[in-house]
Amino acid sequence: MRSEKANSAPLGLKVAAAAGLAFMHLPILLIFLYAFTTEEKSYQFPPPGLTGQWFAVAWNRPDVWAALTLSVKVASIATAAALVLGTLCAAAVSQTRFFGRETISLLVILPIALPGIITGIALRSAFSMADIPFSFWTIVLGHATFCIVVVYNNAVARFRRISGSLIEASMDLGADGFQTFRYIILPNIGTALLAGGMLAFALSFDEVIVTTFTAGQQSTLPIWMLEELIRPRQRPVTNVVAMIVVVVTFLPILGAYYLTRDGDQIAGAGK
Amino acid sequence: MTIVAESSVLPERRGTVGRLSDFLWRHPHMLLAVLLGPPLVWLGIVYLGSLFALLLQSFFSIDDFSGLINYEFTLATYGQLLSETNLDIILRTVLMAATVTLASALIAFPIAYYAARYARGKWKALFYLGVMLPLWSSYLVKIYAWKLILAKEGILTWFFEKLNLLWLLDAWLALPVVGGNSLSVSYTGTFIVFVYVWMPFMILPIQAALERVPTNLIEASSDLGGTPAQTFRYVLFPLALPGIVAGSIFTFSLTLGDYIIPQIIGSSRLFIGQAVYAQQGTAGNIPLAAAFTVVPIVIMGAYLWMAKRMGAFDAL
Repeated sequence: MRSEKANSAPLGLKVAAAAGLAFMHLPILLIFLYAFTTEEKSYQFPPPGLTGQWFAVAWNRPDVWAALTLSVKVASIATAAALVLGTLCAAAVSQTRFFGRETISLLVILPIALPGIITGIALRSAFSMADIPFSFWTIVLGHATFCIVVVYNNAVARFRRISGSLIEASMDLGADGFQTFRYIILPNIGTALLAGGMLAFALSFDEVIVTTFTAGQQSTLPIWMLEELIRPRQRPVTNVVAMIVVVVTFLPILGAYYLTRDGDQIAGAGK
Repeated sequence: MTIVAESSVLPERRGTVGRLSDFLWRHPHMLLAVLLGPPLVWLGIVYLGSLFALLLQSFFSIDDFSGLINYEFTLATYGQLLSETNLDIILRTVLMAATVTLASALIAFPIAYYAARYARGKWKALFYLGVMLPLWSSYLVKIYAWKLILAKEGILTWFFEKLNLLWLLDAWLALPVVGGNSLSVSYTGTFIVFVYVWMPFMILPIQAALERVPTNLIEASSDLGGTPAQTFRYVLFPLALPGIVAGSIFTFSLTLGDYIIPQIIGSSRLFIGQAVYAQQGTAGNIPLAAAFTVVPIVIMGAYLWMAKRMGAFDAL
């Protein structure tokens, strides 16, 4: 049907698209190169030499390990909370009709639509007003708040695809509401929840703006990196940590993509 | 319907779980309450509550002598917000957000257009991942990468030196406003990093809008004698505009509230986010910080209202 001409892009477009993609990817690749540089004191390019010794140095740093463990713990618990709350919200919005449904969607999106600094400062002043000391749990509370939307978006998209007659058939065959949830709904939304959970984990693992306001003395990995960015002390270690962070966040994103790529809405289209 | 339900052959369920299930089935409002309760408590009370508490504080003022918050209703803090230095900060941030949005649209459009119209099968998936990975990769790592690139001894200077174009870089840095001692302490640097970090948010909404443009519209335009430029101007661009506006919501809002990028790469002149951070932290002036946060909320409210009128939400 289509002519040959319509199927090949004009050269200008190809160049512009390729340049745009290169602009997006080259800086991240540079991180990988710098993790191996022998230069300690500056960001000299090209690196005077290549070495793998910084991986060993970073491995033996207790502060890096402490930050990494804290980040993983916070992200796991925040993701678990977001999974429960996001799924409940998605079920209510997609399976029932009630006054104010649109408002609920807006409410869920708000923590991520408003600039992070507003969410952060609002939570911080609320904590200080209520005399809640900063702790591990204040970090989790902040993270779960903006992770709900990721799970919610994925779950709502999948709930829309479940046909209502499936649920009715299960009920007609004598299953109670909980059995229907366990054997009909959960297998259907499972991959969407897994994808949403992975994205929520990645979001929480990387979050820094809200965390600076809700963390006390503890530092998550992004906070550790932020301190290094403001006052560089251990450039080679920072390079290695940056590279590890890139790898750690890529894995859940790829996983979420492969879990939902056949659907009408692929996970992670919005952050 | 009611008669059938009452004469159902199924016996009543036994056990707590069974009875609970029956109860929820008969009282859908209770089911709704059970489903919505926890998220509403979390978001409605914890989140919205703290947000309102913060906004409320902008109507208080700070005592100049004791440094304590004076809990009396006043508009004095908003008066402070409108002082010349603070208006400067607001204007600077809004201008930066606008230029970043414009540049992001320019870079994102060809990528989105290629992905929507020419990429097929495996290439399409590759394009998708090629946009997703930078979009989701760590915010701080991205800033860090640019710190490496823009540093005086970094790759960009090296690149200009190899091309014998160092004079061009120096001439740019000698310019007023956009220049500075080096790229990493100039507005140019801040601008590049903003564009780099927020531009990926623009691509997917534009792509979604472009995918809905039927190919035969483009063909019809050229059959009727439109040059590619005319087709773009009168057919493609108007149809892609809702997508561009949808994407610009992200780039604009995110630039408006950011305080880390200008702090790490930029001159010492403040942006809104930094002002909020400084007021609540070192200055301890929570009312003024709260008043400052109202600015992006109001700007984004107006922006969203305009975007909704342009039909941008259908493109999200």
